[in-house]
Order: sequence, then structure tokens, then C-alpha cells
Amino acid sequence: MLACSVDSHFVHKIWNETELTKMVDGGIPFPMLSDSGGQIGSLYGVYDEASGTEVRGRFIIDPDGIIQAMEVMTPPVGRNFPETIRQIKAFQLVRKAKGAEATPAEWTPGSDTLKPGPDLVGQVWKVWKPQKVGA
Amino acid sequence: MADRPGCARPGVVVKKAAAETDTLADTASPNKEPAMSVMVGRPAPDFEAPAYHKGAFTNIKLSDHLGKWTLLCFYPGDFTFV
Repeated sequence: MLACSVDSHFVHKIWNETELTKMVDGGIPFPMLSDSGGQIGSLYGVYDEASGTEVRGRFIIDPDGIIQAMEVMTPPVGRNFPETIRQIKAFQLVRKAKGAEATPAEWTPGSDTLKPGPDLVGQVWKVWKPQKVGA
Repeated sequence: MADRPGCARPGVVVKKAAAETDTLADTASPNKEPAMSVMVGRPAPDFEAPAYHKGAFTNIKLSDHLGKWTLLCFYPGDFTFV
């Protein structure tokens, strides 16, 4: 986990010490990166030049350095970390299965996966049904 | 890794070499900043940046995390509310 904003690493230190340690025991356990100037944010398409800050962008990068997922939001809405964890677990599963399995909508760790192949074409309805749509 | 922070502000290093990671055919000339070069299924652009980590100042290079799943989160700013 890497966190990144345009604040200096000095400010990161003080923010961690004065506020974040009151929310998380021992403070933030992962590196807080300083991207003053927004060069990294520009590369990732999350730097807002007008305000000189970065919007809320989240990238899941696999062990080969490939971006598997991204989520970009305007600042006032916070992230939902359980959803991020769910996605990482799903990507880990499909990576391990090397294409033999895929995770359907609403998949959570432990629930059934899909086995893509000729036999499944047109038959997904037999093995997967929406659980919560319209609920 | 900087052993002493001093007053100097270490800078960010980003990989400009489009040829190395960017295989998109329609990218602009190398002199031009890539507007948005990220896409799922493509390599994450590498960078190096100063960081604060557990009481110390350090330098973080994205490519040092190859071999592990990495979550990279940008946020608007320290001391903002959300």
C-alpha cells in the first residue's frame, strides 16, 4: 500500500503524528509519498492542475507491475476499502487460475466462480443468479 | 535513500521514456507530456518519490514493489476531511 498526495513528506509526518495516530494505533503503517508538483498524479491522470492537488485515485497493481483496476473519484466521497480488498482477492484468484476461472458480479471470497469455456456459453443462468439486484 | 533530510526537498522522478512502457500506437510525440497514459491491463508508469514511513524519511520506487500486489492511492491532501 502506497499513499500519495502533493503534500511534502514533512507535512505527512506532522499529519500522521497529530491526527492519524488518533485514528490508527501506531499511526499509518504504509509509506506516504510526496508528489509536490503533481508529476506522478499527471502520469496517472489524477492531478488537477486548477487546484494543484490530486483527486481520489486508486490503482491495483499486480506483481508484474500491470494495472488491474482503477477507481477515480472527486474528493468529497471517501473510498470503501472492503470493496478494494474484494477486488484484490478476485484478481489474485483469477491470476492463480490462469484464465480457467472468472469471478461473476457480486462475487465475494469463497463464493462460486465461473469456468469460462464452450460449455458455459448461454448457460451462465444455470450457475449464477443475481442475488441483490432490485433489492 | 537520503540519510539526512536537511532543508533540501528531494524531488520526484518519473520515467519519461514512453518507449519502455507505453505501447499505445497513438501516443503523441515524446516531447509532449502524456495526458493520461494509464489503462487497465497496461504497465503502471514507474516513479520514485520522497516519502514518510514509520517515523523516517525514505524514497519509494514503484518498481521496487514488483513481485507483490500494490495498492496506490492518491488523495486530495493531508488534513483534508475525508
